[in-house]
Amino acid sequence: MINVEGLHKSFGSNEVLKGITTTIRQGEVVAVIGPSGSGKSTFLRCLNRLEEPTSGKIFFENREVTGSQSELNKIRQRMGMVFQHFNLFPHMSVMENLLLAPTLLKKGDKTSGREFALGLLRSVGLEDKQDAYPASLSGGQKQRIAIARALAMQPSVMLFDEPTSALDPEMVGEVLDVMKKLARDGMTMIIVTHEMGFAREVGDRLIFMDGGVIVEEGNPREVMANPQHPRTQDFLSKVL
Amino acid sequence: MNLNFSFLSEHWPAFLSAAWTTLQLSAVGVILGTIVGVLFALMRISTITPLKFLASAYIEIIRGTPMVVQILIIHYGLTTVGINLPAFMSGVVALTINSSAYMAEVFRAGIQAIDKGQVEAARSLGMTRTMTMRHVVLPQAFRNMLPAIGNEFIIIIKDSSLVSFIGIGELMYTARTLQGSLYLPIEPLLVIAVIYFVMTFTLSNLLQALERKLKKS
Repeated sequence: MINVEGLHKSFGSNEVLKGITTTIRQGEVVAVIGPSGSGKSTFLRCLNRLEEPTSGKIFFENREVTGSQSELNKIRQRMGMVFQHFNLFPHMSVMENLLLAPTLLKKGDKTSGREFALGLLRSVGLEDKQDAYPASLSGGQKQRIAIARALAMQPSVMLFDEPTSALDPEMVGEVLDVMKKLARDGMTMIIVTHEMGFAREVGDRLIFMDGGVIVEEGNPREVMANPQHPRTQDFLSKVL
Repeated sequence: MNLNFSFLSEHWPAFLSAAWTTLQLSAVGVILGTIVGVLFALMRISTITPLKFLASAYIEIIRGTPMVVQILIIHYGLTTVGINLPAFMSGVVALTINSSAYMAEVFRAGIQAIDKGQVEAARSLGMTRTMTMRHVVLPQAFRNMLPAIGNEFIIIIKDSSLVSFIGIGELMYTARTLQGSLYLPIEPLLVIAVIYFVMTFTLSNLLQALERKLKKS
């Protein structure tokens, strides 16, 4: 579903990604872990070109992400993204947040869009917040709304960039629960995370990145129980 | 000091029509200045170097020269190249140009103050650059910029007095005329000072009300 070939990314003279090649299959849940500065967020942000790759190619459903801008905008409609800092639109109500992009881009009729959005809010447990503004929500609620907003475009893959890192500890669970449900429903997900327990429980594959390369990858349970590479061993010994 | 305002009973219609002219000049100047200002702000933050340079040059030159000089250049200067604008039009053009340069900077600062994450969220949903600007960035920027925009509105109302230099019958011009014809040194000036203040104070209150309303939502 997603093919990454020889992805490089430099910020000035600082090379953050030094050649990433990987394939993500339909329905796969991939957890990306690694120390800070390892390039895992940059990798994720290259997948929908929020960061412009320096070189390399990315394909999504056989279309080239690294192609033209108009193609990219269409591809992005099929790739949901959830950010560490939620990035809800503060001047819009929850419902308006969900409906903005679908209304602008799909031009489908408004009532069915609203029904669909209500269903999404129900599935993240926030049906009663449709008229609330983001400022009145807790961090956990904001992130669940952000997930619903991304799902409102009916994407076929969801990218999560440290979705629980900005949350108070007691709110991490409610967001992970929503993500678990999404994974169970068969959504293809790529998750940059520090939640090792979650990665082990939900992930089909674990990617360990360090120094801008994929150092080790495999079944999360196996990698965590029996890491092969010294850097993976070192990292896991610190976080587990 | 003996102040004599008895002239008002005869000359109040002159002040009224002058006040109307001032309002028209300011309103058109503000509206066109805002539109042109947004365009220059977008040019200045664009990634296309020639547009960026053009916008920066425009803004610096307009901000760096006195408005009276701009008014006189536009009105008399254009005549020498064969463009004969009526005085009112020259006044509108001068006010628009002047306010657009200041508005451009207000808008640029307002747009750049919006968190980058807002743009990323919108773009990640597949929205185009234009949609993102229009539905996500500008509405938020506008709210933050309201005090600065209000400031600019008030400045334009006051600066519109400078177009009296080219003989537009607005408040300042009317006051100067009556000063001379009635031999009254300050009374007409006091009258227009009050009128200017009523205008700016009303505007300032309206803008504060709008700010409160926007804050609530």
